[in-house]
Amino acid sequence: MTPGTLVDILSWTLMAAGICFYLTGALGLLRFSDFYCRLHAVTKTDTLGLGFLALGLAIASGSLRAACYIFLIYLIAMASAAVNGQLLARYKLEQEQSQDDS
Amino acid sequence: MTVELLPDLVLCVLLLVVAWSALFASTRRDAMALFVAFGMIVALVWARLGAPDLALAEAAIGAGLTGVLLLRAARKLPVSSARRFDYRRHLGALTFIVVAVSGFAVSIILPSPADITANNFDSPVAAAMPDSGVSHPVTAVLLNFRAWDTFLELLVLLFAITGLRQLFPIEKESLEPARTWQLLVSWTRTLVPLLLLVGAYLLWRGSSGPGGAFQAGALLAAGCVMLRITGMLPPLHWSLFAVRGSVCAGTLLFLCTAVLTHSLGAGWLDYPEAHAGTLILMIETLATLSIAIILTLLVAGERKDLCS
Amino acid sequence: MSSLAANSIILYLLVAVALVMLGLYGLLVLKDPIRRLIAINIMGSGTFLTMIAFARRQDPPDPILHALVVTGLVVAISATAFALRLILAARESREAAASGSTETEDE
Repeated sequence: MTPGTLVDILSWTLMAAGICFYLTGALGLLRFSDFYCRLHAVTKTDTLGLGFLALGLAIASGSLRAACYIFLIYLIAMASAAVNGQLLARYKLEQEQSQDDS
Repeated sequence: MTVELLPDLVLCVLLLVVAWSALFASTRRDAMALFVAFGMIVALVWARLGAPDLALAEAAIGAGLTGVLLLRAARKLPVSSARRFDYRRHLGALTFIVVAVSGFAVSIILPSPADITANNFDSPVAAAMPDSGVSHPVTAVLLNFRAWDTFLELLVLLFAITGLRQLFPIEKESLEPARTWQLLVSWTRTLVPLLLLVGAYLLWRGSSGPGGAFQAGALLAAGCVMLRITGMLPPLHWSLFAVRGSVCAGTLLFLCTAVLTHSLGAGWLDYPEAHAGTLILMIETLATLSIAIILTLLVAGERKDLCS
Repeated sequence: MSSLAANSIILYLLVAVALVMLGLYGLLVLKDPIRRLIAINIMGSGTFLTMIAFARRQDPPDPILHALVVTGLVVAISATAFALRLILAARESREAAASGSTETEDE
């Protein structure tokens, strides 16, 4: 077995793991009952799925430059996903509270 | 049927399913959200079809600005009640599409599929590239060979903003500013400098690679819209000279260039070869400014912005 | 950039026709103005897809069609923004008319 195939196997395994996390996230989005559970499913699996996918792609790319790009994209995607999740949950919570008050 | 067709098939199925559900979703809000998702998938299709310029523009416009536009409209419209699943409508759409697509396939594609996909003409662009002043063919077409199109496109944007200003006497009052959560404010503070940086890079990059005035303008507009709806940017009063000036700047520079090149003896917008690169960069910079400000006003403009 | 297989181009052309037809059908049967706007935009995407699929016959893709579609995207968003404002204004003026003659026209 050459180092090349080893790298291939490693990167494909990581990417497959990432895809599995995405699949569970999609399943949660479809099957969970209320808004917060769905949000939980999507954000959690998104973090792990994108992480594995980015790691696999960085290994597969084989160049440090591309790996750095992928890492930067990962950072921005993570930050925006976290902020969006928070904002959606807060919006929903405020709506529910204002409905309770009235 | 090859493996290489697989990503295309996946993308096409996604495209059709999302477009379908965007049209026939049960509530209007679902339809809007799905339409934004449709924009994202279209951006992926452009990337797959080898059009990075379009993918950049579509990601900024189709997914970003359209989303803000639709969500702001949704706040003003009453919530629509959920509709029942109407199978006749789906069946009708399915028949309509199947008949049309199979008719198209039978009458045009099947007789001579090779003719459709054959590359049977040479693009004149490659031959003219050395005279254009830039090295990226799409930018060369946009700002040199077919600069008329770009000029008229800026005029269309001007018409849109003028039309928008006529509507405001009817619209009663503007929305209250979005609730300013601390998280949203600090996230905007992080993101907007980044958008500015990327926008400037795309503008500069446009002469040699994917990017250019439209993509940079759309990104800058996205940043301005974020600042505007979180209330960090004061209203862009139409009475300010800077606002009106930057709205017209791109068109005016184009017009001046056209008149100048005409009076110097060359054709309209026929740049002198030695200065083509500089001219294109100047026009692109001002066009970016115009596009950014006009798109901001179109997406987030309110009575305060446009009628004072 | 590797050239795309001929089959893929035909596939994208067929999908483009399907998108235009889907948008046309939506435009014909849907009542809600916002959905009609979405239908028009989907038709536009189908048209752009046709042009880009044809541009892909060459390698590298034909820049003239790309430039036309870049222009078209910006025109599409400005038309959409204007149409949305028209929809909102039409609704408001209808509501004002329906709310009775207490409000006098100031034009």
